[in-house]
Amino acid sequence: MRYIPNSPEERAEMLSIVGLNSAKELFRSIPPDVQLNRALKITEPLAEPTLIAGMEAMADENTGAKRNSFLGAGAYSHYSPTVVDYIIQRSEFFTSYTPYQPEVTQGTLQYIFEFQTLVAQLTGMDVANASMYDGSTSMAEAFLMAQRVTKRDKVVVADTVHPEYLEVAKTYTQHGELELATIGFDQESGRIKLDDLTAKLDEKCAALVIQSPNFFGCIEDLQTLADQAHAVGALLIVVVTEAISFGLLKTPGECGADIVVAEGQSFGVPLSYGGPYVGLFATKEKYVRQMPGRLVGIAYDANGNRGFVLTLATREQHIRREKATSNICTNQGLIALAATVYMETMGRRGLQEVALQNAQKAAYAARKIAALDGFSLPFSAARFNEFVVRSPNSAESILKRLLDEKGIIGGLALSRYYNDNPNDFLVCVTETSSRAQIDQLVEGLSKIK
Amino acid sequence: MGITKVTQHPTQNEPLIFERSQTGRIGYKLPKLDVEETSLDEILPPDLRRHDDLAGLPEVSEVDVIRHFTRMSTWNYSIDLGMYPLGSCTMKYNSRLNEKVARIPGFINLHPLAPESEAQGALRLIYELQEDLSEITGLPGITLQPAAGAHGEMTGVMLIRAFLDKRDGAESKNRRVMLVPDSAHGTNPASAHMAGFHVKTVRSTPEGLTDLEHLNDLCAEGGIAGLMLTNPNTVGLFETNIKAICETIHAAGGLVYMDGANMNALVGVARPGDMGVDVIHLNLHKTFSTPHGGGGPGSGPCCCSAELEPHLPIPRIVKTGETYKLDFNRPATVGRVKAFFGNFGMFVRALAYIQTHGAEGLREATEAAVLNARYVGHHLQEDFDKPFAADSMHEVILSHKKQSRKGVHTLDIAKRLIDYGFHPMTVYFPLIVEGAMLIEPTESVGRGDLDAFIEAMKSINEEAQTNPDLVIGAPHSTRIGRLDEASAARKPVLRWKPEVETLSKSA
Amino acid sequence: MANVPKNLRYSKDHEWVLVEGETATIGISDYAQESLGDVVYVDLPKIGATFAAHESIGSVESVKAVSDIFTPVSGEILETNEALNETPENVNSDAYGAAWMAKVKLSNPAEIEELMDAAAYVEYLAANA
Repeated sequence: MRYIPNSPEERAEMLSIVGLNSAKELFRSIPPDVQLNRALKITEPLAEPTLIAGMEAMADENTGAKRNSFLGAGAYSHYSPTVVDYIIQRSEFFTSYTPYQPEVTQGTLQYIFEFQTLVAQLTGMDVANASMYDGSTSMAEAFLMAQRVTKRDKVVVADTVHPEYLEVAKTYTQHGELELATIGFDQESGRIKLDDLTAKLDEKCAALVIQSPNFFGCIEDLQTLADQAHAVGALLIVVVTEAISFGLLKTPGECGADIVVAEGQSFGVPLSYGGPYVGLFATKEKYVRQMPGRLVGIAYDANGNRGFVLTLATREQHIRREKATSNICTNQGLIALAATVYMETMGRRGLQEVALQNAQKAAYAARKIAALDGFSLPFSAARFNEFVVRSPNSAESILKRLLDEKGIIGGLALSRYYNDNPNDFLVCVTETSSRAQIDQLVEGLSKIK
Repeated sequence: MGITKVTQHPTQNEPLIFERSQTGRIGYKLPKLDVEETSLDEILPPDLRRHDDLAGLPEVSEVDVIRHFTRMSTWNYSIDLGMYPLGSCTMKYNSRLNEKVARIPGFINLHPLAPESEAQGALRLIYELQEDLSEITGLPGITLQPAAGAHGEMTGVMLIRAFLDKRDGAESKNRRVMLVPDSAHGTNPASAHMAGFHVKTVRSTPEGLTDLEHLNDLCAEGGIAGLMLTNPNTVGLFETNIKAICETIHAAGGLVYMDGANMNALVGVARPGDMGVDVIHLNLHKTFSTPHGGGGPGSGPCCCSAELEPHLPIPRIVKTGETYKLDFNRPATVGRVKAFFGNFGMFVRALAYIQTHGAEGLREATEAAVLNARYVGHHLQEDFDKPFAADSMHEVILSHKKQSRKGVHTLDIAKRLIDYGFHPMTVYFPLIVEGAMLIEPTESVGRGDLDAFIEAMKSINEEAQTNPDLVIGAPHSTRIGRLDEASAARKPVLRWKPEVETLSKSA
Repeated sequence: MANVPKNLRYSKDHEWVLVEGETATIGISDYAQESLGDVVYVDLPKIGATFAAHESIGSVESVKAVSDIFTPVSGEILETNEALNETPENVNSDAYGAAWMAKVKLSNPAEIEELMDAAAYVEYLAANA
């Protein structure tokens, strides 16, 4: 086995040094009746070329990876500068561990400090942590944090939050005596339904949870919602699935958010069939001790040299055990690195330009589709790079024909998650869609309907 | 204002990117916008836009970016550089082949909401990895959805909770005690708490194993939902009484959850399902060599018995004929624990690891890992206190008992190892051994490096006995010395702001 | 050897109590601060909250440990030492003075008699530490 340095002869010698006659004797402490006395039923060892060929054959079956696609809904196709993947493949980053020994992990610690800073800057918040698993688990953790901060047991959440995020939140909170109440959306604007909110938001609420742009791509009036939440002593949690929008939209922090959670996949991380991604988590300074996840801070050595360390660790599971702020241990170190390299390479100018291109291309596509006979845009609210299209027939069948006949993945039928309006589908247009590709979509829809 | 620098060398003093930023520098180039522009106010009214022009975000060139990260990278220790003997972390070789196949365009460009017919290869890969992991654990039910070990634990204990709620109905509320050994990872009690359980601690015996008598007493108190057990346990010993332990818990009406952190000692040799374990999580980033990446991404599949299978998270990946499908229709599910299907990129790497080894290679790796730990323990047991006599599995535990009387503690020994060119071992864990040093070489270390490590440890012991200050002041060879963590925690500075001091405190 | 002032009472959880009339001032002992190491944060109770004896009213954190503060006496929190937010290191340097943690209005003064005096606490430390 080429990954094992010691040859069988060397291992035989080492066995005799430790006083054993055979490898089998290494396992004397395992009772014979629980030992597996047969070979595992898995493949023979594959040589490198054979393995690569097998993997490529599987990858080839993923025809969706090559299509002209307009899927978004929590995972986005964006251009990632070449340097991003180059840097995350440096041995020193990808084969090191969590930076518990700061003297030999300053590289990791310093980039996490930069990551925390960038996330705080983009969200307009005071502090951000070293990352969470993804956007969905970040949101669930934010619910639990709001419960700790306010000592209240109800969270009011817009049903235009990503449906899979909501499912995760339900799983996380089902045993914690936290009640979830959902608020519907306005059929005209596509934004949260304000009278439903007024009815459900009360002084028992730990938090109001709003995604913006919401699952339909509609941008919410966060400032007003923050005021309403604060009026009853609840926190405002803002969820963002499309992090590129930070480059253009008013920050949740400026609008009054108390916690911002986001999916950071858009920052240079490939779609990779849903993971690994990276959860962003930011809050106000006063809540930092209630925050889940790892934090890196500045520290100095005896000579006054600046370095970085994991800090405020007493919040975490390895010290506080069942009273910890979360059970989270692993963060998304390497993916946070990819996001850091992306944010720094794009920088102040690029993050704005890419956001603008998304908004412009989506506006162009929306205008063209709305002009098609039989198609309309049901929601009036301002949008970023996603929008709902109402088609003349079942969205599912239209999208299937578009794929079968034109080879285009035209978006996501909302019937996957919502029962009403089976003719609606969600279209996402990013900077990676060329005008020609958008025109193909429009042309295809005009022929199919 | 004197600035104390470790060295004038630029690569040792790379500033924060924000301190490097120069107005006007550019590191990217996007294609020109190729559609007719819409007036921005028409797309987004000004009150919905940000107006800070992203002040404070860095402006750097591509070359700046490469130098910045390359310099910082050289301050890290890594597996590719040498032995990284962190106990319970399994820092084994991360193959480049795995990295290569995980980057095949047909994998990385696939959207998670692509129609099933367009994602058959990804679904097949998930299915095949599930089959292999089920065979390795001897447990038929499996989900790959959890994103990390602790996430898999949470899923596992939630399966137990769902099973008990279904089996016992309203009576289930009287069954909320989760037993956790005093040697367990901190994530165990934290995860149990998230599933609504109260934790009771099971003692370990002086021999380093679960105290069966205490376990029986706790079971007699009633209300047992289950036990969370690491096996081999966190002092590196196989729980010889595992069958009796499982039987005791089952007799008390509970279920056994196994923390699979230490599966690198068992793959191909023994299977949790054959021991009586009901549910286990695996760490693909430990046992199956997906990169630790400086603290993630992980991947924490959860395997379970047929009884628990109906409760697994949705969607399930099922095979009908030659077609793979997502199955959402599982009414008894605990729900979803993560958006989409888990850390797919890690599945590709783990499957490549398994296929490269094959059945015989996996067993060979297990044998080599256990042998390496045994070899280290054998050579260090005279110079260092080895608190447990039993055969160690894939990791060996020592303590600072023989050095602490000279004022040299575990932390000092760990820091001194850095001067000898090694990453420190896991320190002060588990908590049941005072001054614990948990050493896990893994199979990826050759005899020459093991001997060098053993020599380094013996030499540090020698220094501790004759020149303790040398060890107490370590490390002496790094860019920075030990950092003042207390001051850092009292007045945390968690982000850069323009006024944050650069490079060093003014003297 | 830990410092144990004569004028105070002590609990088995290593808290000290200074009784003045109906008010008890609470802190953690020199032994407790030494076991914790460098204190970095003190989580204090809300003024006006009431606690039974031996309940946790807050916590003291060092870099790598956290320890509950158990009130040795029952009563209402009258005042807390806000200065500890800025200077938690006082717990290490002046555990019996600048690092007092809370003042409690005693609801059951008889509880004081159940606490150890300095001599008993010294003996307790010798036996248990």
